[in-house]
Amino acid sequence: MSELQVRKVVAAYDGAPVLHGVSFTVPSGAFAAVLGPSGSGKSTLLRTIAGLHAPLEGAIVVGGRVLTGPRVAMPPERRRIGIVPQDAALFPHLDVRANVAFGLPRAQRGGARPDELLEMVGLADLAHRMPGELSGGQRHRVALARALAPEPDVILLDEPFSALDASLRAEVRAQIRQVLRRARTTAVLVTHDQDEALSMADIVAVLDQGRLVQVGPPEEIYQEPRSRWLAQFVGGAVVLPGAWRGDAVECALGDVPAHLGAGEVAREGDAVELAIRPEHLTLAPVGEGLGGVADASVDAGADAGTVALVRHVAYFGHDAVVTLDLPGLDEPIEARVLGVHHIRPDAEVRVSVTRPGIAFAAR
Amino acid sequence: MSRQATLRTGVGPRRPGPRARASVARAVLTASATVAAGLAAIPLVYLLIRVLGADADAVLAALVRPRTLELAVSTVGLTAAVAAACLVVGVATAWLLSATDLRGRRAWVVVTTLPLAVPSYVAAFGWVALTPVRGFWGAFLVLTVCNVPLVTLPTLAALRLSNPAHEDVARTLGRSRARAFLEATWQQIRPAALAGTLLVALYVLSDFGAVALMRFEAFTWAIHSAYTSQFDRTLAAALSTVLAAMGIALVWAERRLRGAHARHGSSVASRAPRTPVVLGRWRVPVLLALATVPVGAVAVPGFALGRYLLGRAGTATSVDGADLVGDAATTVGFAAGGALVALALALPIGLLASRYRSRVSAALESASYVGLALPGIVVGLSLVFFSLAVVPALYQTAWMLAFAYGVLFLPKAVGAVRASVDQVEPGLEDVARSLGSTRAAVWSRVTARIAWPGIGAGVLLVALTAMKELPATLLLRPTGTDTLATSLWRLTESAAYGAAAPYALVLVAVAAGPAVLLTRDAVATVRERGEAA
Ligand SMILES: Nc1ncnc2c1ncn2[C@@H]1O[C@H](COP(=O)(O)OP(=O)(O)O)[C@@H](O)[C@H]1O
Ligand SMILES: [Mg+2]
Repeated sequence: MSELQVRKVVAAYDGAPVLHGVSFTVPSGAFAAVLGPSGSGKSTLLRTIAGLHAPLEGAIVVGGRVLTGPRVAMPPERRRIGIVPQDAALFPHLDVRANVAFGLPRAQRGGARPDELLEMVGLADLAHRMPGELSGGQRHRVALARALAPEPDVILLDEPFSALDASLRAEVRAQIRQVLRRARTTAVLVTHDQDEALSMADIVAVLDQGRLVQVGPPEEIYQEPRSRWLAQFVGGAVVLPGAWRGDAVECALGDVPAHLGAGEVAREGDAVELAIRPEHLTLAPVGEGLGGVADASVDAGADAGTVALVRHVAYFGHDAVVTLDLPGLDEPIEARVLGVHHIRPDAEVRVSVTRPGIAFAAR
Repeated sequence: MSRQATLRTGVGPRRPGPRARASVARAVLTASATVAAGLAAIPLVYLLIRVLGADADAVLAALVRPRTLELAVSTVGLTAAVAAACLVVGVATAWLLSATDLRGRRAWVVVTTLPLAVPSYVAAFGWVALTPVRGFWGAFLVLTVCNVPLVTLPTLAALRLSNPAHEDVARTLGRSRARAFLEATWQQIRPAALAGTLLVALYVLSDFGAVALMRFEAFTWAIHSAYTSQFDRTLAAALSTVLAAMGIALVWAERRLRGAHARHGSSVASRAPRTPVVLGRWRVPVLLALATVPVGAVAVPGFALGRYLLGRAGTATSVDGADLVGDAATTVGFAAGGALVALALALPIGLLASRYRSRVSAALESASYVGLALPGIVVGLSLVFFSLAVVPALYQTAWMLAFAYGVLFLPKAVGAVRASVDQVEPGLEDVARSLGSTRAAVWSRVTARIAWPGIGAGVLLVALTAMKELPATLLLRPTGTDTLATSLWRLTESAAYGAAAPYALVLVAVAAGPAVLLTRDAVATVRERGEAA
């Protein structure tokens, strides 16, 4: 119905290239997230899809309609693509209801549609507030209702949650996700926050310096990153240099089971970089007298693993990040563990790996 | 390498699209802004044409005679003296208002900014009518007391933004209070104070009424008498160029400083309240000192007004109510015309500067600042030459006067348009377009709706300012008509103080409007601190 296709889009500002041939497809009704660091071109991509920025090359097709293409440049007002900007951008001179009604044909502005939408985003009571009198989360819900009012084919969200504080963010995210599911609108969210992308989207596309480096479902992006950079950018990774041993990597943590990343080739003995998720490292006490009885969360087999020195423990309540010095490594590594009662700075611990890592040919 | 090659070929084929449409809108706007800036440049350009076209020997003779040097020395001397006095008094006032345990600070802010509501020639009228003060010291006194708030207000704002922690740190590192102020706080408020001082200097340079009433021979007065009494046009034109050059130099300096200020300024208002300095036994001297400037600028003219309006009401046979009403109506009409001209010129320039920033838009915006640099007498004189030579039909018509006001107050109008349109975040316009509005509909439903109040206030400010304008009005007004300002000047010149008083009163009322606007923010600032302390 309203599948969104972005085909080989090249975009620039005054000759400085920003997007270098970006292509991806979002099936009708799906929720896609474009994940990329700040400055990677996410906003430019959204503005290009919305028709607010003219690309040098490439096409934008929605539901079979070519909106941007060779000799085609439909103006934004005729595209049926709604946007929810980062700062919500509510019209300051209009109240909540008038904001929502803005995109409706004149005859419908007084009708029931704006009220239905306000109902849907749970703000029916605030119809006559001015934007200045709303909280951050409420503002974004109004902006969403406003964008949905003319029943667009596609809705674009530009880091809509980054202005909210952490406690509010999860709640507003869930609300907006639910509203979009119910409206069955094809949606593209751009964000630099990997939690947001992984938790909300059906499809995640990772953008790096104007190029898509991987597109796929969230699990695939997390479990099978295509490059070392992706492994570190999405979810964080401990990266260790080592040598390829067929089904393991010989490195500072001993022989760690691993497979090669997609498209990587390595022969026995080649230098590789091993990426391990910090939560796939476990820590066990070494010897005795260092803090009493071993914690239940620490695996048995106290003599397995490599001995490392604890430098620093950052405690987060639900878990903790332990910074470790490994013998033979210049840089410390980080492990994410659940129980830390026995772990103190300057203690020695045994580090072992619970899941296979991914190896990438060293550059 | 190869990617860059493909990119470059990608730029090749041109096609219509949003880019083309946007560039049409931009081209139309650029063209209108260029025309507007061109019109605003007429006074300066025509003045140069006139001087370059005149007999070179005559111009040279006018410029190099000792009298010109004398005038330059007097004008520069007066400007420097007033600017220095305003800097010292203004910074001291701002510091007393914000850093001490003075009681009733909000009221004091209002009192110390009251002089803004008194046009300098009204203050001069008061002093001339009541005292024998004349000449340099008379002009110095009147211009200083009237202009101190131009330094006080920005300094007060900068003090609010300055971080008192710096001064505290300096104290803990062994500096005395005065040293700490100089080394920490002064560094933070200096750009604002100096920018205010340069505005004072510009005002003094272009002031005509006060120096004329004080019989102090400054450039403006010399130009006026060269033109009117001796009818020596080449001399007047040559002197005008010198004055214009001084004005341009000052504006250039002011803009440079403002740039530096923008880099310096902290956007974060510090929340920590400054620990107030206890005045103790200095309280009474401080209150007296604070009162001095408002007394000079407001109380003395006020007393003169009272004396002539009330005390001699019966004998003041020359007060003619019908004249006053007629002059007021004329003044309002001319000023409204001037404000509309300023708005028409400012809209394309301000819009372009706000929405399409580029070298061209910056250059056009700078060109609109000509009005700030050119004293009213120079604009008036140049437009007299221009209308006589190019459009004689417009000579001494309301049109030409409205145009002069438009040019003189264009910077205010451009500033208002630009600030108001800047307020409308481009994101709003993008959203409106994605919701189905065309470019034109976005302008009428969003941009204009949000920007209008600010632009309207700016136009009102221009109109109120134009109502006080004196030197250009004297030269350009249609023969036989008078505005409030010209009548006041004429009557004061002939020592008809009783007849002049009602005019002065109405002009103060007119000037009070913009002064209130300027004072409002300062009062709000102080309220915050007063409550925190
Ligand atoms: N209006 C603009 N003019 C020139 N360069 C721009 C403009 N907007 C963005 N850029 C540049 O394009 C690049 C991508 O910007 P953007 O799309 O905003 O990235 P993101 O949204 O991922 O942070 C950045 O390097 C940025 O500096
Ligand atoms: Mg962005």
